[in-house]
Amino acid sequence: MRLGVLFSGGKDSTLALHYASEKEEVICLITIISKNKESFMYHTPNIEISALQAEALELPQITKTTHGEKEKELSELEVAIAEAARKYQIEGVVTGAVESVYQAERVQYICNHLGLWCFNPLWKHDQKALLEELLEKRFKVIISGVFAYPLDEKWLGKQIDNKLIDRLVDLQQKYGLSPAGEGGEIETTVLDAPLFKKKIEVLDCSVEFKGNSGVFLIKQARLVSK
Amino acid sequence: MILVVDMNWKKESLSFYEFVLPIVTIAETQDECIIKHFLEVTNQDLSQCDRVILSGTALKDTATLGQPEKFMWLREIEKPVLGICAGMETIGVVFGMRLIRCLEIGMTQIKLLKENPLFYEDFKAYSLHGYCIEPSGDFEVWAKSTKCVQFINHKIKPIYGALFHPEVRNPELIKRFILLES
Repeated sequence: MRLGVLFSGGKDSTLALHYASEKEEVICLITIISKNKESFMYHTPNIEISALQAEALELPQITKTTHGEKEKELSELEVAIAEAARKYQIEGVVTGAVESVYQAERVQYICNHLGLWCFNPLWKHDQKALLEELLEKRFKVIISGVFAYPLDEKWLGKQIDNKLIDRLVDLQQKYGLSPAGEGGEIETTVLDAPLFKKKIEVLDCSVEFKGNSGVFLIKQARLVSK
Repeated sequence: MILVVDMNWKKESLSFYEFVLPIVTIAETQDECIIKHFLEVTNQDLSQCDRVILSGTALKDTATLGQPEKFMWLREIEKPVLGICAGMETIGVVFGMRLIRCLEIGMTQIKLLKENPLFYEDFKAYSLHGYCIEPSGDFEVWAKSTKCVQFINHKIKPIYGALFHPEVRNPELIKRFILLES
């Protein structure tokens, strides 16, 4: 089956892509860039890096920009998926939804409307196991956004490793944070993954932190051989 | 032992992670599970297990509904069976019920109609279905949404059907099914 992956460049959509590639044929990436920094639907920091990730994956990418107004974001998503169906004859869509009924439901509606299959291969996965799977599969993932107390600027830009997973699980026990950031507490950016033909090297970056949230912005990056 | 039947259109499909694994994760907290694709369920599986759970499928996947002959064992089995979504629809087809187009996606209010051992009041559950069933006289209705029948039980046999997906927001329902006396 020819599939398009809703791709933000974060750990969940990249892992969902990995699962999809093992079972079916991934034909393209579909990315929504939201100009609203607190987008209710889409992963935001470093979304522009997704073009570089698409190049690393050697997959074509359909990109649409929205201003993050609630219902418009969704119609833009439908336009992008419809374009992928037309241009690349995809028969289904893959998402990285884990727990969010809201996110899953919206994509299900759009797929149903367009007559496409919908796949959520990470659905209901244990969040700690999901983080550990990334390490097992040798994904290189950094924390590119923190949006909840007690996460602070020290977390930004950190690579996910066993020690960091333990600390996140500890915070889950103390503060009820979701360790994989499924509640939007953490956003991530994937710099390398098994399907990447090249990896991403960050050349210039900056950290912005205010109140209880902050982002690690990649200002300049390039692909280098693995 | 619980036999979890993978109702997806093919064995080891991409939908397996979404519709079978979450059920197994919940069921394994109560008892040992074996997983079989619906085309590969054997008489030995049915005699070895204590109960059976039929999984749901992707919205576009109607593979089991066109092959009721693969589920004729449902008419004979005396052990508890819980059909989830496509699993319930398949029970419906096997027992001669009519399928009706009916789309529900997302959190749905489920209204309790009859006292029962699996849920005790109205609740919200995740729905993802393109069909519902018109229950036949052999079954009673335990719950409904505003649009359709959501939970059925065979009047004589321990065969249950949930149109919603309890594995998403109502895991306790699956646990109670496993703890029911067989």
